[in-house]
Amino acid sequence: MPFGEGWLFAAFPLEPRVTLQHEVRKDMVSPGAPPIISMRNVAKFFGPFQALTDINFSVRQGERVVICGPSGSGKSTLIRCLNRLEEHDEGTITIDGIELGDDTKDIRAVRQEVGMVFQQFNLFPHLTVLENLTIGPIRVRKMDKPAAEVLARTYLDRVRIPEQADKYPSQLSGGQQQRVAIARSLCMEPRIMLFDEPTSALDPEMISEVLDVMVELADSGMTMVCVTHEMGFARRVADTMVFMEAGRIVETTPPAQFFTNPKSKRARLFLDQILEH
Amino acid sequence: MPARSAKRLKRALSSRPVSVLIYLSVMAALIGASLKGAEAMGYNWQWYRIPQYFFEHTEGGVTLGEIPWGLVGTITLSTLAFVLALGIGLLVALLRLSDLIVGRAVARIFLEFVRNIPLLVLLYVFYYVLGPIFGMDRYTASVLCLAVFHGALMSEIFRGGITSIPAGQWEAAKSIGMTTGQIYTYIILPQSIRFMLPPMTSEVVNVIKSSAIVSVIAVVELTTVGRNIISDTYMSFEIWFTIAAVYMVVTLIISTFASYLERRYAVQD
Ligand SMILES: Nc1ncnc2c1ncn2[C@@H]1O[C@H](COP(=O)(O)OP(=O)(O)OP(=O)(O)O)[C@@H](O)[C@H]1O
Ligand SMILES: [Mg+2]
Repeated sequence: MPFGEGWLFAAFPLEPRVTLQHEVRKDMVSPGAPPIISMRNVAKFFGPFQALTDINFSVRQGERVVICGPSGSGKSTLIRCLNRLEEHDEGTITIDGIELGDDTKDIRAVRQEVGMVFQQFNLFPHLTVLENLTIGPIRVRKMDKPAAEVLARTYLDRVRIPEQADKYPSQLSGGQQQRVAIARSLCMEPRIMLFDEPTSALDPEMISEVLDVMVELADSGMTMVCVTHEMGFARRVADTMVFMEAGRIVETTPPAQFFTNPKSKRARLFLDQILEH
Repeated sequence: MPARSAKRLKRALSSRPVSVLIYLSVMAALIGASLKGAEAMGYNWQWYRIPQYFFEHTEGGVTLGEIPWGLVGTITLSTLAFVLALGIGLLVALLRLSDLIVGRAVARIFLEFVRNIPLLVLLYVFYYVLGPIFGMDRYTASVLCLAVFHGALMSEIFRGGITSIPAGQWEAAKSIGMTTGQIYTYIILPQSIRFMLPPMTSEVVNVIKSSAIVSVIAVVELTTVGRNIISDTYMSFEIWFTIAAVYMVVTLIISTFASYLERRYAVQD
């Protein structure tokens, strides 16, 4: 665990640490290994409307993928298919060797491997922060309560809000709530983390505290798929940029190329728009 | 200025002492009118004979009279029926919300069936049809009939409470790998209690009120006791006034308790 500790006590300024991690990151992604996420010819319909068309997409262990694209292009739909919050209609999706189908046991097994962070946090309002974190380990992983609480406090430390354990979600700021949501996912000790616009519902001054936590998570070697328009974050952590439009993946490129010289005209237009302000 | 005084008038009118006063005067008017009507009929009031139906003086001291025992019967019957109805209501609601086409169909048919039959007819079905078939006594038939009838109504309350929880709660719970049963138990139902509490308490009151119907098959409860006393004494005015008052006292106590509960749950949010 050469980088495990690093983000536990991260009080360092962001920039140097990230560049330092860039070196290490290359061998975290093992190029020869089979992908941990694989989508083959996936299509998804909402009634007559086709939200995803011929999606081919794979993620290797330790890889960090950032998905961007205009509103309505199918980013959320794609990411939600990965833990079967949406059911795909055609093609195959394989997560860590398990093909997603109708088998509910398989689906739950996949969901334990895949954490998800939502735009609207979706914390459980009737439970305290600590209970939000322990309910998964206790009910799903059948951990006993004391062990689950130790685990939960470790992750609360990691997202830097150990002192909020006994509060209710409504008593926290948006940024704190989103960090609790990240910790709740991490408590299941997933191998993959999905983020669907985790900072879009936040006030501007709270965005960085959430991004910091995500950067640290990326540096720890977590496999991540993030839908976000935070291009600074994407530039820092992404191994791969995916650009979507109208339900299709238009472009899959390393960030260096994506930001300087995107292959498609649409991506360039999109970048111009988004980087303007 | 007029707006403000109108507001003040409205607030004064809806304040507790004023509403009690209005209530009392309406009641007084009603009672006055019926007393007058009774007088015109030449009715012979015998209120002095009522207390013995509350407390009986025997050699062993004071014991409970027929009316309190009737009330015990009503409360027992209503409690059994209510608890069973809770189970039936939850089950029907979950079936209606499930992915199972058959489950949804069964729930819909059950609901339409029960909702469109008068309670009295349903009671006859249970007592005269299902009773002999399944060897149910009149008490079991009564409890089941009330439970089925109110279970159907309560399933709608459950459904409303469950569907008022935002989809994000489901998604978050699913994404940590919880089963549907766990999601209902730990995430959805605890949150929907707040929405279900007010309509559920009015259902408690409704169960108590409709439990009176079992007097037609002579199951012992408050209304049956009233009928029995009247057939012995012909004091129909006094007894029905008394029985009505007893029902009212019970349901008012429940409503008061319910509004206390509601306030407590509202604060927690
Ligand atoms: N449950 C649904 N029923 C019907 N149509 C849907 C549903 N969910 C999404 N869609 C449609 O599918 C398309 C893709 O939606 P999606 O939410 O995946 O877009 P997105 O790229 O995440 O957009 P945004 O940036 O606004 O979040 C949109 O046109 C949307 O209207
Ligand atoms: Mg979206």
